[in-house]
Parts: sequence; C-alpha cells; structure tokens
Amino acid sequence: MSDPRSEPLIRLDGVSKSFALPDGRRFEAVRDVSLSVRAGEILGLIGRSGAGKSTLLRLINLLERPDAGRVHLAGRDLTALKPAELRRERQRLGMIFQQFNLLQNATAAENVAFPLRLHAGRSRREIADRVAECLALVGLADKADHHPAQLSGGQKQRVAIARALAPQPDVLLCDEPTSALDAGTTRELLTTLADVNARLGVTIVIVTHELEVVQALCRRAAVIADGRLVEQFEVADATRLARSPLGLELARLQRQAASLAALEASAAETSAVIASIGRREVRHA
Amino acid sequence: MLENLVELLPEIGVALGQTGLMLAIGLGAAVLFGGPLGVLLFLLSPGQSLSALRGAALLHRLINAVVNTVRSFPFIILLVALVPVTRVIAGTSIGPLAAAVPLSFAAIPYFARLVEQCLREVPRGVIEAAQAMGASETQIVLRVLVREARAGLVAALTVLAISFLSYSAVAGVVGGGGIGDLAIRYGYYRFQTDVMVLTVAILVALVQLIQFTGQRVARRLDKR
Repeated sequence: MSDPRSEPLIRLDGVSKSFALPDGRRFEAVRDVSLSVRAGEILGLIGRSGAGKSTLLRLINLLERPDAGRVHLAGRDLTALKPAELRRERQRLGMIFQQFNLLQNATAAENVAFPLRLHAGRSRREIADRVAECLALVGLADKADHHPAQLSGGQKQRVAIARALAPQPDVLLCDEPTSALDAGTTRELLTTLADVNARLGVTIVIVTHELEVVQALCRRAAVIADGRLVEQFEVADATRLARSPLGLELARLQRQAASLAALEASAAETSAVIASIGRREVRHA
Repeated sequence: MLENLVELLPEIGVALGQTGLMLAIGLGAAVLFGGPLGVLLFLLSPGQSLSALRGAALLHRLINAVVNTVRSFPFIILLVALVPVTRVIAGTSIGPLAAAVPLSFAAIPYFARLVEQCLREVPRGVIEAAQAMGASETQIVLRVLVREARAGLVAALTVLAISFLSYSAVAGVVGGGGIGDLAIRYGYYRFQTDVMVLTVAILVALVQLIQFTGQRVARRLDKR
C-alpha cells in the first residue's frame, strides 16, 4: 500500500456496471471508470441524463455493486467487506437525494436520529444532543417536531443534510440535490453545502446536470458521457482546454460569470460617476 | 311480537362473545403469520432487497401460488375441507374455537396479500436511503417499511376485520356460533323476522364501528 497521506479518500478502480433491460439486452451504465477524490474537496459529476453519473455515485457507497472493479474508501476495499462491515463503513458516507427520501411518518428530529439509532453504542442523551446540533447546523432547530409534509422543499433537503451529517461522515454524496428546488432555494442550499465542506471538512461528491451548480460549488468537475469518464478539470482553471461539449459549456459559463462580474463592477463605477456629476450640476444650478 | 327477542336476549350476548372470539383469533393469526408472510412476499418480489438471493424467484413464485390457491377457495368449502386439520389443532370440529381454525387459515394469505400491497406504496428511495445509512434488512422492515406503511396496514386490517365478520357467520355451519349464525338459525330457518332484523342491525352497527375506528386510527397515524 502506498503512503496513506497521498492515498485519496475515495478511489474507484476500473468500475463497471450494467443493468438488464426489459427486452433482455444489457445497458452499460458505467464503463471502466477510474476516479479519485481527495479528502476535503468538492467534486462535481456532470453529464446529460442517462450518462451514468448517478450510477457512478451509487457505486461509491455500493448502493449498486460494480460488475467489475474496486471501490476504496480511505484505502479500504469496500467491495471486499462482509455485509455487517459494509453497514458500519456506510456511516462514513452520508447521502442526500433529489427526492429527499425522508421518512414521512417521522418528525425532522426522528429523521436525523434515524442513522444514529441504527448502530449500537450511542446513548439516548448523545443521540438527542447530536440531533439538536445537526438541526441547528442547517438552521432548522425550530422545526425539530415538524413532519416533512409540513416543511418546504428546501427545508426537507436541509433535514436530509442534517440526517446525512449526523453520524459524522467523511463524505457527503449528493444525487441531484437541487433538481427539485427553485433557483433561490438552490442557491441557499449550495451555500449550506459549501459551509459544510468548509467548516466540517466533509468531502462532497455531487451529481448534477445543472452547470450553474458546478460553477457555484465545485472545485473540480468530472464529465461523464455514455458511462465513461471523458474529462476532469479544476473548475476555476481558465487556461484549460475543454474537450467535451459539457466541458466547453462550463467554460463558457465560467467566462460569462467573470465578464458579468466585471460588467457589474464597471456599471457600479459608472453610476457612481454619474451620481457625482449630478451632484456637481445641482451645485452649479 | 317482541317475545322472540326477549327470549333470545341472553343468546345474543353469548353470540357476540363468540363472534368476538372468532374475529380475535382470526385477526391475531393474520397479523402474527400473515404479516411476516406479506413482508416476505414483498422483499422477494423483483427489484426488492431479497430478490437477489439464490432461489428467491422460486420461493416467491411458490408463496404466491399458495396464497392464491388458499384465497380462491370459497370459504364454506375451506371450512369443510379443513375439518380434519381443525380436529388436530382445536381438538374438536365444532364450536367457535374450531371455527377459528379455518378462519385463521383464510385470513393469513388474505392479510399477507394486503400487507404486500401496502408495502409497495413505500417509495423506493426511502428504502435506499436507509440502506445507504447502513440499515440491516430487519431494521428496514421494522423502522422504515412498517412505519411508512402503518396507515395503510391499519386500513388493511380494517378491511380484513369486516370481511371476516361476515365469514364468521358461515362458521355457523360447524356450530361456530356468533351473531351471523343467530341470524341464519332463528331469523332465516324459523322465519323470526324480528330476530333477523335485530341481528342484521347489530352486524351493521359492528361494521360501522370497525370502519370508523379503523379509519380514525389510520388517519391519526398518517403524517404524509
């Protein structure tokens, strides 16, 4: 084994996954993908719908078992674990979903407590404290006794984040977490995720088809097309040459955002000048 | 005109007790055995967590076939056909305890099917979220499936209770007793219309009560 410090937190080694179609053929969702995620980074998996990005994400916590290849978490091969060991290891991999997937017949607090009660060794007191802490972290301390049906979409996703963070995971896997939310709520949620990454040091892998999300949140992006990893790059790197259509699109968005920011700055400057001219004219009159 | 009723009043009390006993045993067996059987049917069905195990498809088909076969028997045929089994289990083939045997026998697959249907209503994503958090099979059943489907399960039990209230009347054939038996023996065979009217009225009231209670509990439990 290599030096543990240089070992990435997540390492996918040539993973493949195919599904049986109703007509008997097989659909190759992920084809021989190797990908590393370093501790503390935010990686975006982008691609069109059906590209295999969600399947790739679900291979990380073995919600899908790879047909071939290995999945390593902090140097440990998850595919070789016994079921009980895998269940324990999954506490290190929090996950949130597009449809939130909260228990409807449980309060926000009960939902957050759910992963803590699955595994032995935590007292009632510890669980209650941790639940309160996590709900406060996502700004929902006052909604502890509400059921999901009484919460807005954004609030539900926050409860889901609190639930995922409760067992203090190293990684947060996000499967299209903002696709069911409006633009404003999406922005708020991305701020929360960025905060979770910065303050708690939780590594984030996020699947999305919204390039704006990648641009706002991710440091690195990996483009998936037809089940293959086509390219990966640092999002802020202006010098890179994109190869895939999505990569090009993202680069264009990045330039747009940069020029928009410049435009806004110069507009603010212009209006300041105009205002000062106006004041001068008033004085002259 | 009402002397029939006055004469019968003590019998009505006994009959109510017998109906209650048959229902309690039948429903108890349904929950105790039919519930787990329904969960198993659900978990073994294609795409669910146990379906990947070796032999799962075969077992699923087998349980399905047994459930369908038992459910296709007209209850009165089942009642008669099961007499030897009833003798072994209850020690006798007459009386409410004996009648409870075929009632349970019919209730178990009936409830299993209802449970299976209820569990299908639980969104797949919620089950996956629990798996992703490291929940075991048992934890998923008890803490996710039952919890999320609980309102539907109570509604299913209500449907079962009402169907078996009328099934229990048929049990009069083996001397099972109960309110329905009273309606047949006095109201029908002896043309005592007042008895018929009273017993049917009691049955109507019972059904209303069961339905009302079931619905209330289900609504209470449902936070969706």
